[in-house]
Order: sequence, then C-alpha cells, then structure tokens
Amino acid sequence: MKTFIAVLFTVMSLPLFAATKDKPKSPPVPTAQIIDIAFLNQEQTPPTETLSNLDLFVANKGVEGAELAISDNNTTGQFTHQNFVLHKFNVPADGNVTDIFKQNISDKFHYVITNLNAANTLVVSDLAATSDTILFDTGTVDDALRNEQCRQNTLHLLPSRAMKADALAQYMMKKRWSKWFLVVGNTPEDALFATALKRSAKRFGMKIVTEKKWEHTFDARKSAQSDISVFTQSDDYDVLVVADEQGLFGEYLAYRTWLSRPIIGTQGLIATAWHSTHDLWGATQIQHRFQDLAKRNMEEPDYGAYLAVRAIGEAATRTKSADLKIIRDYLRSPQFTLQGYKGNALSFRTWDGQLRQSILLAAPRSLVAVAPIEGFLHPKTELDTLGFDQSESTCKLENKP
Amino acid sequence: MNKKLLIFALFAAINANAETVFVTLEKDNALAVMNPIDGTLLKTVPIGKRPRGIALSSDNKSLYVATSDDNTIKIFDAETLKQTGKLPSGEDPETFALSPTGDKMYVSNEDDSLVTVIDLAQKKISKQIKVGVEPEGICVSPDNQWLISASETTNMVHWIDVKTQMIVENTLVDARPRFVTFTPDSSQLWVTSEMAGSLMVLDAKTKQPIKTISFAIQGVPNDKIQPVGIAIDKERKRAYVALGTANRVAVVNAQTLEVEKYLLVGSRVWNVAFSTDEKRLYTANGLSNDVSIIDLESQTVTKSVGVGNYPWGLVVKP
Repeated sequence: MKTFIAVLFTVMSLPLFAATKDKPKSPPVPTAQIIDIAFLNQEQTPPTETLSNLDLFVANKGVEGAELAISDNNTTGQFTHQNFVLHKFNVPADGNVTDIFKQNISDKFHYVITNLNAANTLVVSDLAATSDTILFDTGTVDDALRNEQCRQNTLHLLPSRAMKADALAQYMMKKRWSKWFLVVGNTPEDALFATALKRSAKRFGMKIVTEKKWEHTFDARKSAQSDISVFTQSDDYDVLVVADEQGLFGEYLAYRTWLSRPIIGTQGLIATAWHSTHDLWGATQIQHRFQDLAKRNMEEPDYGAYLAVRAIGEAATRTKSADLKIIRDYLRSPQFTLQGYKGNALSFRTWDGQLRQSILLAAPRSLVAVAPIEGFLHPKTELDTLGFDQSESTCKLENKP
Repeated sequence: MNKKLLIFALFAAINANAETVFVTLEKDNALAVMNPIDGTLLKTVPIGKRPRGIALSSDNKSLYVATSDDNTIKIFDAETLKQTGKLPSGEDPETFALSPTGDKMYVSNEDDSLVTVIDLAQKKISKQIKVGVEPEGICVSPDNQWLISASETTNMVHWIDVKTQMIVENTLVDARPRFVTFTPDSSQLWVTSEMAGSLMVLDAKTKQPIKTISFAIQGVPNDKIQPVGIAIDKERKRAYVALGTANRVAVVNAQTLEVEKYLLVGSRVWNVAFSTDEKRLYTANGLSNDVSIIDLESQTVTKSVGVGNYPWGLVVKP
C-alpha cells in the first residue's frame, strides 16, 4: 500500500511541478488522509424450506458492494489525497457478533458498516454508544429501528418496510387496485411487513377485504394446484398482496389463484432498493462495474453497502476531512447529497437517520415503475411520501449529533 | 413587388437556411436526418448499436458517431452516410470531443475511468489518461489549451494540459456533472450538474467558480430540474441550457449570468445545438422522441418533429 501511495504522489506532483517550474521552490508533497472503515457482516443461512432452488445462495451479500465503493472512493481519492481502507470482519452464522465487535472494532474504528439482523444491529449500536463511532446499518429494514428503537449513532441505508409498502400502495392506488386480499406468512418478519402494508392501506385509502395467514404445507410441488385455488376463494378483490419475505410459498401463488388477479408484495411485483433490471440514470454503469467485480448481479445488500461507503467518501471529499465530527455533521446537514443511480439526490432524514431514496417496483424480468409515483406530492420532497415522515416518526434525533 | 427581387429573396432565404440536422437515436440504433426548415424527418438510417455522442469534422465532410454497444466510434461520409471507417475508442464510448486543430479525438470511457486520446490520421489510440469515476462530459477549449473531463461519480472536472496530456488541476463541482463547454473566448468553463440541478461557471485562469446558477420553475419540483446540454452563442450574449426532466430550456444571460426565461420543450430534453446562423436552437428530447425547434429571435418554440426512439445528441451540417 505504501508503494502505491508513493507512486501516486509522484504522478500527482509531476504536473504540479511542471506548472510551477519557473519558481525555484518545489511544491510540498501532500500527505494522505487515511480513512479506515470497518465492515461487520454476519453470514446468512439459506431458508430451510424454500421451494425455489433457482437462485444461487450467497452467504455474504453486501461485502462486494462495499469493495466496489472503496474502489470508487479511491479513484476520487487520488485527486484529493484521501485513501479509504476497508477492514472486513465476517461472523459465521452461528458466531457471536458482540465478541467480534468488542475485540476488533470497538474504539478502533470511527466508521462502522453493519450487515446484521435487527437484534444484533441494536446490540452493536448500544455497544458503540459511548465511543466516537458512526454506524451505517445496511442489514435491516425494520421500522422499529427507525422509530421507538432508533439510536443517535446509527444511519440506515436500506428503505424500511414502511417505505416499501408505501411504494407498493402508491402504485396500486395509481392502478386503482383498491381492494386487497392480504396473504401473510408465518415468520415474525412477515408479520412486520403485513403491519407495514396495513399502515400503507390506511394512509392511501385502500381496503383490505380479506386477510389470511398461509398455513399450508410448503411443498407446493405436490399440493399447490389444489391448495392455492381453495385458499384464495374469497369475496371479490383487485389484487393479491403477499407478505412472505423468505420466499417460502409466495412464488407459487401466481397463476393458481381462484380469480385471475395480479400478485404484488414480496413476490410478483416487488418493492426494492435495487434490481438487476434497473438501467435508468446511469445505473447501467454501476451494474456493469459490479458484475465485473462479483460475477453476479447486484442486489439490495450490495447496494446498501455501496451507498454506505460512498456516503463516507462523498462527505470526506466535500469537507476535505477525515475527522469524525466534521464528517458526521456533514452527513446529516442539508448540504449532503448522494448520487445513488436513482435520479434523485439521496440524503439522510434528520429525524431518524433513514436514507431517503426512490424505490424500484420490479417484476422478475422488468422494471415496472419507480416510486414515489408521479402525482404523490409533498411540501418538502416527494421522497418523503415514502415511510415515516417527520410528523409521524416516534424517533426524535437531535439534529446535531 | 418586383418579380426578380422576389425570386432573389426567395433564393437567398433557401440558401441561408439550407442545413441538415443529424440526430442519434439511442434505442433505434439509427440516425435520424431532419430538414429543420420545414420541420420534416427526411430519413432514418441504421448506424450501429446504441448510438449516442455525435460530431462533425471541422470541414463538415466526416460524421463521427459513438456506437456505445459496438465499442467503437464510427466515421461516416456526411453526404452519403456510408461508413468510411471506425476508431478504436475503448469500451462503451458515450461522449467525445474533437480538438480544434482536427487531428485528435478525446473519448470518455465511463466503465474504465479513462480518457482515450485518438490520433485521427493514424486511427490509433495515442494515450489513455486516468480520471475520476464515470467520466462523461468532455470538451477542448477553443484556444486548444485545456482538455476537460468531468467525472460523474467523483464530482470533479479534470483540467488536462493538451500539450503534456497530464492532469494539472481538479475542481470539485456540484453533484453529477454531465456536460462541459467553454465560452468561445476560452475564458470560462461552464459545467452542468444533473443531480444538484445547477450550472457552474468556472474561471479558466483560477479554475474556481465565478458563479453557481440554480434554476427554479413554478410548478416543477426542484429534483425534476436536471441540467445537461449547454449552447453558448458566439458573442456570448446568451446561453441555452437543457433542463432534462423539467422539460424546459433555460435562457441565461451569458454576461450577467442571470436566468432570463424558461422555454417549454419536449420530455427529458438532453442535448442542444444551434443552427448555423445561430437563429434557431434544436433540442433532442429523450422521452418524447422528438426534436423541438426554437426560434431564438422571438424566443418561442415553433415546432416539434418526431424523429424516433430516445434521441440523444444532434449536430447541424450547413
């Protein structure tokens, strides 16, 4: 690494030298600012009962997004004399996050990116509360972590469940699919997404005409045809809305419902921060760069990690600083804007640390729409029509962290 | 009225206005050929995959088109539109600039963070210069001193000395710079930033901003204002700035740097070009698939001409 920096400065100082060659004094060699970033990731386990074996399971999604952003930051850094270094800490699926954090990260890093579940994210936020640390949560979509359990030291990169549900509801409202049949899976996460969907239904004046919990077998290869026909018999509705975050049964609803109705939610038309079909606003470029690096398509956790590292890079470049306090203040200031390949400038909500952003509505092989859907207005920014707005939030962070 | 005079006047009018507009159509893999006087589409010619950047040689004889998905810049005879050659542009060429002396072409290679320098006589790459992430806007100052490359994700303009082909200075600009151009006297560099919705005017001597112009249009949310193409007239009286999804062209007083007016054009207006006499402005409207024609004396949009899918760039051949 030292050689790299040395070479870099030789290259950088040449033109400077050329420009000032009539003066006898040679220009001072700039010293690099080093910005160390910790990436704390816990490996995922594949869902045990999943039926769809089509997708290759990747245990460490996210880390390659961070690597790509480090490379982007350092391309910029060669001109600003800043060098960004990623330190990866990988916790096995059955490992102890607290131990790894205490041993390797606590009090050693100012900038910590986490790709953990909600419970562990909260644990790490609280462990870091007394140290000079800013946490970038790229693993959770939980609304509780952005409301009653919010923490002063934590920023959230991925859209919350409420933001995703609002994105779907806006689209359904535009299509006048106002009568919903809600199907909810059995996991606690499914219940949370169902809660978010119900909030959105109320917010946008939609009606849930039927709600059912999926209680059938997961082995659709044997029974989907008969089970789903019977299961979906109900009063008339416009759209089947499904909450099945792990994909245990949702894929088998399409084409098998009693009435011919579109599927939306966690399967069918989905709401996501990133999708492989997205090619607007320069997204093609980052899709290519990520595919070159990871040999697979970019997904939501990769995008979250990419944005976290880029947010640090953008703040360091603009403030010409590596100082935690300066960067932390800048990230939460109105001056901070992040380019996220989604048309609008991204920024952090001051009241809950959530990154405001557009949400993609995608079918498996096509991008259908981008929320906020045109026509949903907001006095400040249309991006705040998605999720908990300032007046609704139960989190009240101080504006100056 | 004297019949002879009438005929003469008619002839003069036709002569003065005789020009052709070429428009690259990104999604049609084609070039639209337009008569801008009567506002008709003359023909559409297949040209290669995903054509974007377009330029005419200074003698107006050769037409250069970046066919991005063919990874090359093709050369066409500007009269017959037959391909006469191609250039080794590096991967995924989008935008490029010709040197005022006509001997070199500079290409942005977005995926590789490079500017490729091509020797036009030899049709060979003579150098590749490392720049920031996703270089896009590129131009050469009319006095042939500076080559400018703007990187979209790094948010910088790089000042490259044309003689040494090395970066001399970098200026941090607003978020997502897209298009760069010099004033005709080479004293100022104008930069549009799509995401910040701003236009920055930099002093070519100090390389620092003189002014940052922001745009505000009643009834249009600020994040829809995404400036891209710029055209500055020869006398630097006025400049015209395409505002992307705001569907408008801003008229800027190029002396006072104040916005004078907004003209409603087609959807997602992208790049703009003057007519040869600078009495009209043509705009490529990406989402409404047409070209708007603006009469600059009256500052009114007189016509829109359907040209094909995703018009990207345009050039005017006298």
